[in-house]
Amino acid sequence: MMSAPFLSLQNLQVTFDVRRPGAWPWTPPRKLHAVNGVSLDLAAGECLGIVGESGSGKSTLARAIIGTVPTSGGKILFEGKDLAEMEAGERRAHRRDVQMIFQDPLAALNPRMTVGEIIAEPLVTHFPKTPRAEVKQRVAKLMERVGLLPNLINRYPHEFSGGQCQRIGIARALILEPKLVICDEPVSALDVSVQAQVINLLMELQRDMGLSMIFIAHDLSVVKHISDRIGVMYLGRIMEEGEADQLTTRPEHPYTQALISSVPIPDPKLEKARPREVIVGELPSPMNPPSGCVFRTRCRKAQASCAAERPQVVDLGKGHKVACPFHEAEALLEATA
Amino acid sequence: MYPDKTKMESLVEATNIAEVKGRSLWSDARTRFMRNKAAVAGLVILTAILLFAVFGSLFQAWTHEAIDWKLMGRVSQIGGPSIENGHYFGADELGRDLYARVVQGTGISIMVGVVGSLVAVVVGTLYGATAGFFGGRLDNIMMRTVDILMSIPFMFVLILMLVIWGRSITMLFVGIGLISWLDMARIVRGQTLSIKNKEFVEAAIAVGVSPFTIILRHIVPNLLGIVVVYATLLIPGLIMAESFISFLGLGVQEPMTSLGALIQGGSKQMLYGAWWQITFPLFFFLATLFAFTFVGDGLRDALDPKDR
Repeated sequence: MMSAPFLSLQNLQVTFDVRRPGAWPWTPPRKLHAVNGVSLDLAAGECLGIVGESGSGKSTLARAIIGTVPTSGGKILFEGKDLAEMEAGERRAHRRDVQMIFQDPLAALNPRMTVGEIIAEPLVTHFPKTPRAEVKQRVAKLMERVGLLPNLINRYPHEFSGGQCQRIGIARALILEPKLVICDEPVSALDVSVQAQVINLLMELQRDMGLSMIFIAHDLSVVKHISDRIGVMYLGRIMEEGEADQLTTRPEHPYTQALISSVPIPDPKLEKARPREVIVGELPSPMNPPSGCVFRTRCRKAQASCAAERPQVVDLGKGHKVACPFHEAEALLEATA
Repeated sequence: MYPDKTKMESLVEATNIAEVKGRSLWSDARTRFMRNKAAVAGLVILTAILLFAVFGSLFQAWTHEAIDWKLMGRVSQIGGPSIENGHYFGADELGRDLYARVVQGTGISIMVGVVGSLVAVVVGTLYGATAGFFGGRLDNIMMRTVDILMSIPFMFVLILMLVIWGRSITMLFVGIGLISWLDMARIVRGQTLSIKNKEFVEAAIAVGVSPFTIILRHIVPNLLGIVVVYATLLIPGLIMAESFISFLGLGVQEPMTSLGALIQGGSKQMLYGAWWQITFPLFFFLATLFAFTFVGDGLRDALDPKDR
């Protein structure tokens, strides 16, 4: 790892207060731990993928980094500076450097604004004195860059397809030339052929502009394609992290192994032949997570000691870390490689 | 691999397409509105009534205060509508020209409705959007205040105000303005709650747009549809309220008049056969209400096509 990572999350916690309806105002609210002690590092120019099932806290993690959700513990260090300690002006400047791409392409665009206005909004917000002609020129250039005809600048979002809307969202995220782009399931609302186009566009832009990227998805095969490194989240915690190839071919954590064995292989013979690991049961409630290892209720390797305390993170070298004392790679996964 | 930049460029250059004008949701709504015959008819009638109220006084032979002494005491016999003596709509029981008075009354009535509705739009929208957007304790305080104000019987208070501070048109405007925004604030807050959770608002927050700009740029334009509809439908209600107050004799004072006051005067004279004194004001009153209601319904259908 580099000496000073570009973005560093240290034991990050995000907690929501949940009030039971009809409770007295002075009753202490129950806590929902959406993100519960996540530590991750991101190097400049790197793409970090985050996978996990619904409700594992991926989106909350993204929102904490971007600053729309308050953190309740831990630190976010952006280029070595703690976000919580930034002053208003610094914070504003930081917002320029971190942009986000959203899940639902149409919902992320204001239906009453033209495409040009939408893409220009970050620019106009941070540099209100930019001459209008220059704003328009930059918007047009960027539209072309993301694969939209610049003469559509005066159109409205409802006149575009989902894939085009996502391109508009990408253009808006890139107009300030940010250093970090967080993609919150940017392709899960698109159909497969459009997914490929958007992902290729993102990869190309990342390479050309030297962006750092956090790519959140629940589809492991998509994440594997775009990421340099992958973190696997479960119930607000990181279960395993490592280089994309390493993690997908030799997963160590039982949860990762189960996830990978659930990725379909596009060959019926191989698909039928391979052994399957199925996770049974539901995701436990984050209001009342299991003690010790949060995955133990659904883990096939769970033992009595798992309930006692939170498992230590084992470093396997080359940045491959796993939060399970009974980790081991298994031969069954060779088939997917 | 897509996008092929050189291809795109050549495509743009070759066709040299002018910028395409987008169809905004507003222009879509206009098309839908224009297709609605009842609404367009309402709009035409409304325009005609507005023109009548603004320019009608140019054609009057008498002012609304002047008394035609020749008709004095014999209004119910010879005071009917007539072109020769210049009383197009006839004269009232004092021999004043009804045409001039209807022009003036229509103007006052519409003004009460429009001003009250404007107050509702401006105050109610900003108040409701602020409460809804910030939420939490501020929302609680602001909306409970509205609840308390709403629980006060408005007509009663308005009558008391007019009795205590004198019967003046200003007091009527103040009174109507004070209550008209309450419902609007509630409606707008409800809409804001649903809009603020949309991703484009989150995107704006993430970009660092200031809260007030978010309210004005992202939230208000998206709830303007409902606001416009409600404001249009509010106007007839306010005209009715004003007419009711004037009917009780508390609203607009002589020599000024409003449709409500004219109808009240006319209803007393019906017994003596002076039918025109109630017919003309009533016609303009009903036509205005119907026109506003039809336009309001048309706007609602046009701006919210999902509801049909």
